[in-house]
Amino acid sequence: MSTVAVEAPSLPEVHYLNADYGWRSWLFTTDHKRIAWLYLISITVMFAIGGLSATLIRLNLIEPSGLLFEPATYNKLFTAHGLVMIFFFLTQSIPTVLGNFLIPIMIGARDVAFPKLNLLSWYIYVIGALVFVLSLISGGVDTGWTLYTPLSTTYANTNVLSATMGIFIAGFSSILTGLNFMVTIHKMRAPGMTWFRLPLFIWAMYATSVIFVLAMPVIAITLALIALERVWHVGIFDPGLGGDPILFQHLFWFFGHPEVYILILPSMGVISELVAAGCRKRIFGYSFVAFSSVAIAAISFMVWGHHMFLTGQSVYAGLVFSALSFAVAIPSAVKVFNWTATMHKASVSYDTPMLYAIGFIGLFTIGGLTGLFLASMGADVHLHDTYFVIAHFHYVMVGGAIMGYLGGLHLWWPKMTGKMYPEAWARFACLLIFAGFNLTFGPQFILGYVGMPRRYAVYPAEFQVLNVMSSAGASILALGYLIPLIYFAWSAFRGPIAGPNPWGAKGLEWTIASPPPTHNFEVTPIVTEEAYAYEPEAAHVG
Amino acid sequence: MSAEVHGAILVAEQFDDFEQQKSADAFGMWLFLVTEVLFFGGLFCGYCLYRNVYPEAWAAGSHLLKVQYGAFYTALLICSSLTMALGVRASQLRLKTSLTVYLVLTWIMGAAFVYIKLRYEWYGDYLEGLVPGPHFAPHGENLELINHFHALLPHVSLFFIFYFCMTGLHALHMVVGVGLLTALLILTQQGKTTRGNYNWVEIVGLYWHFVDIVWIFLFPLLYLIGGRYV
Repeated sequence: MSTVAVEAPSLPEVHYLNADYGWRSWLFTTDHKRIAWLYLISITVMFAIGGLSATLIRLNLIEPSGLLFEPATYNKLFTAHGLVMIFFFLTQSIPTVLGNFLIPIMIGARDVAFPKLNLLSWYIYVIGALVFVLSLISGGVDTGWTLYTPLSTTYANTNVLSATMGIFIAGFSSILTGLNFMVTIHKMRAPGMTWFRLPLFIWAMYATSVIFVLAMPVIAITLALIALERVWHVGIFDPGLGGDPILFQHLFWFFGHPEVYILILPSMGVISELVAAGCRKRIFGYSFVAFSSVAIAAISFMVWGHHMFLTGQSVYAGLVFSALSFAVAIPSAVKVFNWTATMHKASVSYDTPMLYAIGFIGLFTIGGLTGLFLASMGADVHLHDTYFVIAHFHYVMVGGAIMGYLGGLHLWWPKMTGKMYPEAWARFACLLIFAGFNLTFGPQFILGYVGMPRRYAVYPAEFQVLNVMSSAGASILALGYLIPLIYFAWSAFRGPIAGPNPWGAKGLEWTIASPPPTHNFEVTPIVTEEAYAYEPEAAHVG
Repeated sequence: MSAEVHGAILVAEQFDDFEQQKSADAFGMWLFLVTEVLFFGGLFCGYCLYRNVYPEAWAAGSHLLKVQYGAFYTALLICSSLTMALGVRASQLRLKTSLTVYLVLTWIMGAAFVYIKLRYEWYGDYLEGLVPGPHFAPHGENLELINHFHALLPHVSLFFIFYFCMTGLHALHMVVGVGLLTALLILTQQGKTTRGNYNWVEIVGLYWHFVDIVWIFLFPLLYLIGGRYV
C-alpha cells in the first residue's frame, strides 16, 4: 500500500457518519453520502437473493436430468435471478452507491440538487423491492426476465402481476435518480469546474442518467400494459383479440438495450478513475473517453432490433439494426484502447482497485467482442437463445459491471469509511473472482456454440463436463464475493485509518477529510486545473 | 431580479443562491416532462401501430365518442393554461391577490375537467357498453352505425383500450395537477410564493402546460379521426 502522507493519519473529529446518531438520522437523512449507504445495504440484500438463485441454478445443472428441481421451479429460479440482478441490483449498484456518494463531491457541491427527492428515490426503491420480494416468496414468476407476451399476459399462472408492480415502482426510483444526477451535474458544479474538467466518472454517470430518463418510462408504461391486460382481459398484446405480441418486444427492447448500457456505462466511468489513480496519470484521450460515454448512450436507443432478428422483422430493418449494433463497438473500443494507452509506460500500481480495472479491461473486451458475433444476423440465427448469449451477457455484466462496482468500492472505501480494507485479502478475493468468473462463464461460450439452449432445467449428457466446470467456477465466484463482504464489514470498524488521500490520487474527493464532513467542503472549492492533473514526476515517487 | 434581494430562508442549503435554485428547479421539471413524453410515448406508439393496422375500426371507434366533450375539454384546458401563465406572472410581480385568483380559476377548470370526464363522459361510455374487455358491447344512440361496423368490433374494442388508457393516464395527471395547485394555494395564503421565489409556481405551470399539450394531441387522435368516415 503506497501512502503519501508522512505523519500518521487520523480521523476527523466530526464527519458525516458521526454527525448524528439514531435510526431517524439515517432513515430521514437527506445527506447524499448517507443515502449512498442506505442503497449499499439494500442492494447488497438484493444481490444476496439474486446470488442465491444463481447458486441454485448452477447446482441444478450439475446433473443432466436436473439435480434438484422440477422444470417449473427452475423457471422461477432463473426468472428471479434475472429480474433481481438487473432491476434491483445492477441498475442501482454504481449509480446509487458510488454515484450518490461521489457526484456532489467530485463536482464540488454540498449535495445533489434535490436531496429530498434523492431520499424519496430510495424509499420508492425499497417499496418496489419489497413488493417484488413478496411476489417471489409467495410463489415466484416463471416468465424469464424478458417477460415476453403472450406468456406473461395470458399463459403464466404465476405472480406476474405483483412482480411487474415491483419493477414498475422501482423504475420510478431510477427515473428520479437520473433526473437528480443530470440536474446536479448541470447546475451544481463548483466555480471553474467546466465540463472538460469533470472526472470521467461524472461523464459516465451523466450518460447513464440520460438513459435512465429516456428508457425507464418506456418500461414503466409497458409493464403497466401487461398488468392491464392480465387484470382487464383485454388484447393489447394478444393476437386472438387483434393485438400484437411483437409490439411488446419492441417496447421492451427499446428500453432493454439502453438498460444494459445503464448497467455497464457507470462501470466504465469507474474504470477510468481506477486507471488514472492506479497509473497516476491523466487518462489518455480524455475527451474521446468522455464523448464515447455519450455516444454509447445515444446509439443504445437505435439498436433494439438486434434482439429480434428471429421474430420475422424485415431483413432490411435487421441489416440496419445489425450495422448500428456494430457501431457500438467503436466507442467501446475507444475506451479500452485509451485505458491501455494510459497504462503504457506508467508505473502501474497493483493495489486491489487497479487489479479490478485490469480484470475489467480483459473481461469486458471478451464480452464486447462476442457481442459482435451476436450482432451479426447470420451468426445470431445459430447462437440466439443459447448459452453463448448467457456467457456474452455475463462477461459484460459480471466481468464488466460488477468488477467495476467492486473496484470502485475498494478505491473509495477509505473515503466512505475513513478506514482501509486489508489489502492482501482484497487482492486474494479479486483473483478468486477473476478465476471463478472465467471458469463459470468460459465453458458457457462453448456450450452455447455447440447448441445448449438457455433456460432449460435439463440437458443432454454430453454437455455435463462443461456444465460441471461452470458450476465449480460458480462456487469459487461465490467465495470471492463473500470475502469482501466480511473484510469490508471488519474494516469499517477495525480497519487502519486511511487518511484523506491514501492513494495519492487527484480529484476533489481526495482533497477533503475521510470520512468527509456533512457538507463536504468547508468553502466551495475553486477549480483551476484539469482532471487527473498528476505531476509528471509523481509517476516515479510511488 | 438579483439574488441578494431574497432572504437566505428562500434558498435551500445545497444551493449558493436563488438563481441557481430556480434554474435547477426549472431544469428538473423539464427533465421530468421528458420522462413523461416517453411514458405517454409507449401508448402513442401502440395507438399508431394499431391505427395503421385497423384504420376502419379506429375510425368507427372514434365515431362512437362524443366530440362535443372533447371540444369542451380543449377549450377548458386552453383557458386554464392562460390563467396558469398569468399566475406565474402574478407570482413574479409578488401580487398575492391576483395569484390567488388565477390559481383558483385554474383549479376550478382542472377540477371541472376531471369531474365531467368521470361523471358524465366515462359513465356515459360505460352505460353504452364501450368499456373493453369481456363485456364490450356497444349499444348507444349510434346503434345503426354500430351494426354497420359489427365485423370490426374486436378491433374497435382495441381502440377503446387505447382511448381509456390514454385519457385515463391524462386524467390521472390532471388529478395530480389539481393537487399541486391546491398545495400552491395553501402556500400562497401563507405568503410563501410571492416573496420573489416564483420558481414553485413556475414549475407547476410547466407541468400544467405539458398536461394541456398532451390533451391537444389526444383530442384529434381520439375524437376527430372518425369525422370524415360517415
